[in-house]
Amino acid sequence: MSLPARISLLVVAFLAVVAVGAFVVLHYFLGGIPVEDYSAGVTPNTNATVHVVLQEDPQNTVSSKPDWVSYFVQNPQTKAWVHTTLFQVPAGSKIDMTIYGFDGCTPLRNNFWGQVTGTIGDVEFVDGKPYHVINSWSGCNVGHTFSIPGINLNVPMATPGLIQSVKPGLCGTSPCEPGDMKAVPYRVMQFSFYSPHTNGEYFWQCRVPCGGGFLTGFGGPMQTLGFMTGYMKVVS
Amino acid sequence: MAAESSAPSQQAGESSGPNHGLRIFIPWLILAVVADVLIWVVWGPHLPPGAMSSSASNQQFDIKIMAVMAAPVMLFVLVYFAYALIVWRHREGDDEDGPALHGNTRVQATWITLSSIIVLALFVFGTVELVTTNGAGAGEGASPIWKPSGSTLQVQVIGQQWRFTYRYPQFGGFETTDLVLPVGQWVEFHVTSIDVIHSFWAYQLGVKADANPGVDNVAYTKINNTGSITVRCAELCGLWHGAMFDYGRAVSLGAFVAWARGTEVHLASVTAQLPPYSLTYDPTTIAQMSKAMVAAGFTGGNGLYYPPTDPAQP
Repeated sequence: MSLPARISLLVVAFLAVVAVGAFVVLHYFLGGIPVEDYSAGVTPNTNATVHVVLQEDPQNTVSSKPDWVSYFVQNPQTKAWVHTTLFQVPAGSKIDMTIYGFDGCTPLRNNFWGQVTGTIGDVEFVDGKPYHVINSWSGCNVGHTFSIPGINLNVPMATPGLIQSVKPGLCGTSPCEPGDMKAVPYRVMQFSFYSPHTNGEYFWQCRVPCGGGFLTGFGGPMQTLGFMTGYMKVVS
Repeated sequence: MAAESSAPSQQAGESSGPNHGLRIFIPWLILAVVADVLIWVVWGPHLPPGAMSSSASNQQFDIKIMAVMAAPVMLFVLVYFAYALIVWRHREGDDEDGPALHGNTRVQATWITLSSIIVLALFVFGTVELVTTNGAGAGEGASPIWKPSGSTLQVQVIGQQWRFTYRYPQFGGFETTDLVLPVGQWVEFHVTSIDVIHSFWAYQLGVKADANPGVDNVAYTKINNTGSITVRCAELCGLWHGAMFDYGRAVSLGAFVAWARGTEVHLASVTAQLPPYSLTYDPTTIAQMSKAMVAAGFTGGNGLYYPPTDPAQP
């Protein structure tokens, strides 16, 4: 092999190693799930109102696990749906939350979590109707919950009333678009709570064992950030 | 030849030399007494897990006993070590070999006898401490051998990813995320899980009991004074295991009864949706739940959450 060829080979090999290293650093260390920032432009600890919007889907068609149920968070500026479960809110603020429920029903393992706690008035509004408790064992009522244990928040997510066996009737392409309820059935859950005055990352989770295919239904999407659990970052 | 000639002089030297045993024993005795007094009086009251409950104070007492017994043993090793370094160190110009070592029956017999006494005494002490303290705050399984006499307040601890909830069967079976307990009353914990393995650890109470699905694990304690109780899961149970903690509180008996009765009324609508109080909760045998799952189209059958192709319940 000639000297120029050997030098070229060395340069190519060097660049390849650098590229692999850069990919690993960027993808696995610096990359990650995006955090939707609802705190921009809001003065913390003034009880200012922040409107956070999420949706839960029977699947997601935007990841390598398309059959996993998943939450999405709406970007506050572009209004685009982002496949993440991390969002940031200002401390000491009133959080008005809207969650679109596109998924079907699954009974709670512990029906205790059918009650609404931690919201203002311990109430949620489903399609505008107030609820303090939803009994997931009395019918096809509850699909998921949105629970932040650190602030004792627990809100059951109502369903469009469809059952598992007719899941094709549900939204089939994620992120789903709220619009014509007859074409794509869904529920609208609305509730309010106050964010803590203490900065921190408050994890949230779903309490319905909706990780189908995993032991006790609590594996897979239930244990993976970006699907059915995440955290609310509180900043001031 | 050299060894033969040196042996008499060594024996003569030993008989006329210092009494090493006494020179080790006296400082060891002083240090041991001082250390034990300090452990018992100064350090002991601060040893974990405190004295908030009968089980906690008994555990603290046991740790004090262990420390008081261990300190002299450790000090003997350290004093002997220091003495050897100082007295039997190599000196300038001394190139002579040390004396040959032989077995010493008196030392060996003393060592074995003392060790046996300490170990057997701790065995008897530990057994008595389990019996007389009603299980010492540990989970005793579904059929506890050691239990307190008289009435107890039953509190069921339900582990689930990633929160403990508590049911009070003597107050209508309401369930809550608040752990509130009375002072001066024996508490009978029934610890179970409805998903994976957890462990209920009420630190200040000295209570620690595994929470296994399908298992009723019983533990007892009696609270001495009011205060806050830190509850943690002590069994790696998934993504948010580290966040599975909460804070309970111990209050006077009157305050507890008022709280329990008020909560029973406040949560009546939620309690009506819960399954009847049971020592364990198997999703496959809770009638309302099975019915809901069949209605929801789950094809696992017999109340299983997912079809047979999915992993079954543990």
